[in-house]
Amino acid sequence: MVSPGALRVVRCGGSALRGARAVFSADSKQVGRGAGYLLCASGDFVKVYSVNTEETLRLMGGHADLVTGIQLNPHNHMQLYSSSLDGTIKLWDFMDGIPIKTFTVGSKLLALYALASAEDSVFVVIPKKGERDTFQLVSVKLTKGAGQDLESKELSVVLDGVGASVKHIAFGREGAYVVSVKDVTLQVYFFKRKLLNRFSLSTVKTKGGDNRFSCVVCHPTEDCIATGHADGKIRLWYLNFHHRKEYTYSTLHWHHDIVMDLAFSVEGTRLLSGGVESVLVQWHNESSCQKDFLPRLGSPIEYISMSSDGALCCTLHTDNRITIINSNLRFSRSIQGLIKSRDVKTGLVVDPRTKALVLNGEPGHLQFYSLQSDQQLFSLDIVQRQYIHQAGLKQSDLVKVAFSAQGTWLATVEESEEVTDPELQLKLWFYSEETQSFTLNTRINTPHDNHITDMCFRDMDELGDDSLILVTTGRDCVFKVWVMVEDTDPEAHESVSWSCDFVGSYHNYQATNCCFSEDGSLLAVSFEETVTVWDSLTWDLKCTFCHPPGNIRNICFGRLTCSKYLIGATDYGFLCCWNLLTCALEWSAHLNIVVLQPDPLSEHIAAVSWLSKESSLFVFKPNEPRPLYIQRNLCKEKILLAAFVPRDEPETISSEKYLWLRKSQLFFLTDTQELMTLSTKSLEERLTPSSKQLAVEESLPVTPFSLLLGKHRHQQAQEDNLGKPVVHNKQEQASPAVKELLHTPAHVLPSASFLCTIFINSLLISKENKSAEEVADEVEMESEKADGDSDEEDVTVMEQEDTSPMELLGEMTCKLSKSQEKELRKIRKMDYSWIAAF
Amino acid sequence: MAAYKPVVVQACPKLGEKITQDTLYWRGYKTPVQIKEFGAVNKIDFSPVPPYNYAVTASSRVSGFSEAFMLLSFSTGRCNALLFFQIHIYGRYSQEPIKTFSRFRDAAYCATYRDDGRLLAAGSEDGSICLFDVSGKAPLRQFEGHTKPVHLVGFLSDKYRIFSGGDDYSSNLWDIPSATEIISYHEHTDYVRCGCASKVNADVFITGSYDHTVKLFDARTKSSVLTIEHGHPVESVLLFPSGGLLVSAGGRYVKVWDVLKGGQLLVSLKNHHKTVTCLCLNSSGERLLSGSLDRHVKIYSTTSYKVVHSFNYATSILSLALSPEDETIVVGMTNGVLNVKHRKPEEKSENTQKKRQPAYRTYVKGRSYMPKQEDFCVSKPVKRVLRKYDKLLRSFQSSKALDAVLEPPIMLHTPEVTVAVMQELHRRGTLRSALAGRDEKQVNLLLTFVARRVIEPRFTPVLVTVADMITDIYQPVVGQSAIVDKQFLKLQEAIGKEIDYQEELLEVLGMMDTLFATFTKKKDTCLEENKSNGVTEIIETNMNF
Repeated sequence: MVSPGALRVVRCGGSALRGARAVFSADSKQVGRGAGYLLCASGDFVKVYSVNTEETLRLMGGHADLVTGIQLNPHNHMQLYSSSLDGTIKLWDFMDGIPIKTFTVGSKLLALYALASAEDSVFVVIPKKGERDTFQLVSVKLTKGAGQDLESKELSVVLDGVGASVKHIAFGREGAYVVSVKDVTLQVYFFKRKLLNRFSLSTVKTKGGDNRFSCVVCHPTEDCIATGHADGKIRLWYLNFHHRKEYTYSTLHWHHDIVMDLAFSVEGTRLLSGGVESVLVQWHNESSCQKDFLPRLGSPIEYISMSSDGALCCTLHTDNRITIINSNLRFSRSIQGLIKSRDVKTGLVVDPRTKALVLNGEPGHLQFYSLQSDQQLFSLDIVQRQYIHQAGLKQSDLVKVAFSAQGTWLATVEESEEVTDPELQLKLWFYSEETQSFTLNTRINTPHDNHITDMCFRDMDELGDDSLILVTTGRDCVFKVWVMVEDTDPEAHESVSWSCDFVGSYHNYQATNCCFSEDGSLLAVSFEETVTVWDSLTWDLKCTFCHPPGNIRNICFGRLTCSKYLIGATDYGFLCCWNLLTCALEWSAHLNIVVLQPDPLSEHIAAVSWLSKESSLFVFKPNEPRPLYIQRNLCKEKILLAAFVPRDEPETISSEKYLWLRKSQLFFLTDTQELMTLSTKSLEERLTPSSKQLAVEESLPVTPFSLLLGKHRHQQAQEDNLGKPVVHNKQEQASPAVKELLHTPAHVLPSASFLCTIFINSLLISKENKSAEEVADEVEMESEKADGDSDEEDVTVMEQEDTSPMELLGEMTCKLSKSQEKELRKIRKMDYSWIAAF
Repeated sequence: MAAYKPVVVQACPKLGEKITQDTLYWRGYKTPVQIKEFGAVNKIDFSPVPPYNYAVTASSRVSGFSEAFMLLSFSTGRCNALLFFQIHIYGRYSQEPIKTFSRFRDAAYCATYRDDGRLLAAGSEDGSICLFDVSGKAPLRQFEGHTKPVHLVGFLSDKYRIFSGGDDYSSNLWDIPSATEIISYHEHTDYVRCGCASKVNADVFITGSYDHTVKLFDARTKSSVLTIEHGHPVESVLLFPSGGLLVSAGGRYVKVWDVLKGGQLLVSLKNHHKTVTCLCLNSSGERLLSGSLDRHVKIYSTTSYKVVHSFNYATSILSLALSPEDETIVVGMTNGVLNVKHRKPEEKSENTQKKRQPAYRTYVKGRSYMPKQEDFCVSKPVKRVLRKYDKLLRSFQSSKALDAVLEPPIMLHTPEVTVAVMQELHRRGTLRSALAGRDEKQVNLLLTFVARRVIEPRFTPVLVTVADMITDIYQPVVGQSAIVDKQFLKLQEAIGKEIDYQEELLEVLGMMDTLFATFTKKKDTCLEENKSNGVTEIIETNMNF
């Protein structure tokens, strides 16, 4: 537990899912229960998703570095092996999210394979000692010991000179042989005969491109290997055990670029392949004429994995999305968190309506990412063009986003990657309440002659929509002011569109940033080295500020009590604060600021500096040059963007030092696209209580017998203590069923129509029961008196609330006649049939 | 998994006027019929009863000139001298007058129908007023009293009295049965040229005069009741059917006054740039039309008093009338041309040749079925219809997709589609291979399209690339085909012209900049305002290849 005052950097989303192939849990077939799990390596964690509801059920953390491989324990399907770069293999019980054992191997582990035939050992890829970029496949004997942390240093080298990726090694049917590919060589090692066969493709580049291997998989039932190549070909090798030099292969070719991953179906009749085209190809019977496609999966496919029963297949994409696909090659659902885009050009923007983070999503889309649920709320298609997954194309993408204060208007700028003629488009979207989404209102082609550098709305809550103004700054040395105009037809429906109102420039300098003051009366536009301040009513230039040398990188106005200050950061590492009333420099500091972010709800401004490979955070108020809070070395990666997200309710923060975090939370995005935040809470507190509760609930014994026995014992003990039986009133009788119903997570419950009758039945009081009840009634009176006696007893009563049918049963064994016992046995059967159905 | 997104065709907004309900309505008139009258048409009046004939009063401006002309026509012997002093009655669809009143000693003015359409009154250059029966020829009554030409005649709404205004500054009231003058008002100080009777009150009429005033008279009083100062010589006045609002036109202004508030100015409209000569209301009273010497008819909405539409004519407009059901617009002009526009018949909404629908029974089958609770519903995916080029683009057949948009119907009528597909191919990096390998005919087709459209600003960026590639690809075969060579020359010519044009535009811009610079206030030296953004956007750099 960390001391309560300390501020911690917490990762909260966007970790790469690309460490290893995803794994389906073995029970994914049980559709009725709905407990199919999908396990996935995500950064330092292993994530457990529910296949049916797409929910993140559990986050298993414990590794100190990137998780590189996950495999189900072949001997126990409820357990999972995971390997990591920190040199440990962990065995998990993923149903409960508890680490069972940790085996320390010592060197970096790059891939993990677990085989059913290998009794107590797993195979890992480790770097060869003494040589760089050379890796070997070793088998690790997992020592059996009592403790949780074990050392397993018994390594035996199986293959030398293998590829580092998990895709470069595959094990043949029943673990008889292992195949490894690297560059243009294919190695097959037979375990039984200790025979190593090595084949090489010709290194001469054919006209199709290079034929280096990119991935390999083995047929589940036959001696057949499928390899993918960098030129898009798939080769099927048929092994001949007797003649080591003779090998035959057939070629399948559809992909135009590198084959990223391959997977055989469970029976081996179908082969799935995927690549950067983001098309999943299904080959039938190893022939190239019969193939099916699942096109437009959104982004390049990185890994393909099949469930053990073959009913489902899932693809992991380069943008951290998981797509689950049915066996008949139909898209089923997708699991997506923070989508990784190639380059977050839009910055981190907060949607005022949903408080979601808004940034570049998949190409041409804007993603709305919910911070609370770590899920993508929705993805808005801005560019509305077919995205072609091909290298070297000039794609057009979203570069700027701005929301109006209430979130009713959204402005987006898209441009193509061409340097000379960026096809610029400024689009204005209106949020329509009916469809609950943004609809395109105005599209402006080439709003500027050159790239748009910044864009902002005039934020005025109180004045309504009439005062809404959009300002764009461009590298064509002007800034433009856009206003809403109503349609000229006086009797037509009220419709508005946007048009240019004013064009301003300053000495033919490129306009780089713009910012409105809090009351909207002033507009600050920076032109290279100079900041100009304009009156937003008359568009007159009021004053200019300059702090040479260096161009202005960021500007922002102070808020609330500090609204008379203008803050600017320059390229040459100065942070300046100008007073707008005196038009003079108030203070300046020598800091290389990369991110300057004002808090919308307070005076605080967060600045992130980047100096000598570490990011530091400074939080200050403009009216005093001394920062309120400094955190050096915030994280290893460079911080590119930051945003303050308003909290729903102000948090109670004990330490005065962190008061700036009270109203809003600071999120930042690193260059590896991981989303981080600052939190005063410790990790244990932060873990969502619901998932913890879930784990506890599930770990309870659920068999009727254990319930019965447990309660009976409890009852016996209580009777011994009190000497009197405790019986409860009728309402409480229903509680076990109700409680069970309410506390079981929704995704594991059977359908409501099925539960309904049971639920109603459990509320009924059957006639047979009544006789026993009447007997018990008198006793109850006394017991209540007894209850009042001590607090201790009260507690035990509370625990017992849901057990009355069993209690009665318990009583009966002592008191009631045999006929009544029989009748009650019937009731017992009826009541618990539904639990058995689970 | 996302569905295929079709190619976005950039719709370019049409410049100029916006299409509104009003534009559509007022455009619903046929091409005008031109009828030549013998002089400037100064009054057109529709009969208020079907078949809505209209009386046209035309005269030469200068009587002396007309006499000279009369002598001339005598000498040629072709037409009657009396022709010049006529009132023509036209039927709605006739191009020749169906009736002519010609018993005038001098030029006639302001032929006006009575409410029941049976009597017609007209003033004359010699100061007399004639009353005709529409079916007869000779005047029924003649009212003598004005000493100067009478330019204004009208019936009061009780049908038994006539009011008139003359160049002798007086406005008189006449009794029809006895043909005597009831009262004479000498309040105006200049020519009385226009007037109007109230439809609500039988005793009230208004007159407008060149002394810049509009006066409201009540026949029961000895003097005017209300005087409104218009500010310019009043050319036309109009009362709304309710009698509460008064519209006056004079100079470049049309002004609306509230009579019930004692002549308060409601709104002043200045949409013409020459004198407004005539006013007219449509049948519902929701639109006001004004004609002017600047050759325009403007249509205002009477709720917002904004111009909703405007018509353009060949010469200055003197008179304007709208038939009782807005069926016809007749405009008289200074050169004696009568411009008649008829409304197009309402288009029948149902097409005569409908596709054969399936029988009702088949059609309805299964549609009325309500799914029960235990039914398992299988939803059919909505079938999206893709254009041919989209289908080809979806399967990456670039060359065929380009072929599909080079078909004449698409290429001629929707060039933006062709250009959009070219742009999409360029984006995919397959434009060059799609353009290559074409025969003479197809290259000819491509070059024709490029040469014709490359100068359109919205297509220029894409088509310049296309033209660049075509010249690159087909450079080796230049000179082998006369047709292709001709097209190349055409392309060169088109681009040369465009460059010259752009240079001229730049010159104009330079001139305008100097002008603007002299007008700019020198209040802030460091301030550079570039207000002419609309102009700069037109100018674009032309790539030469």
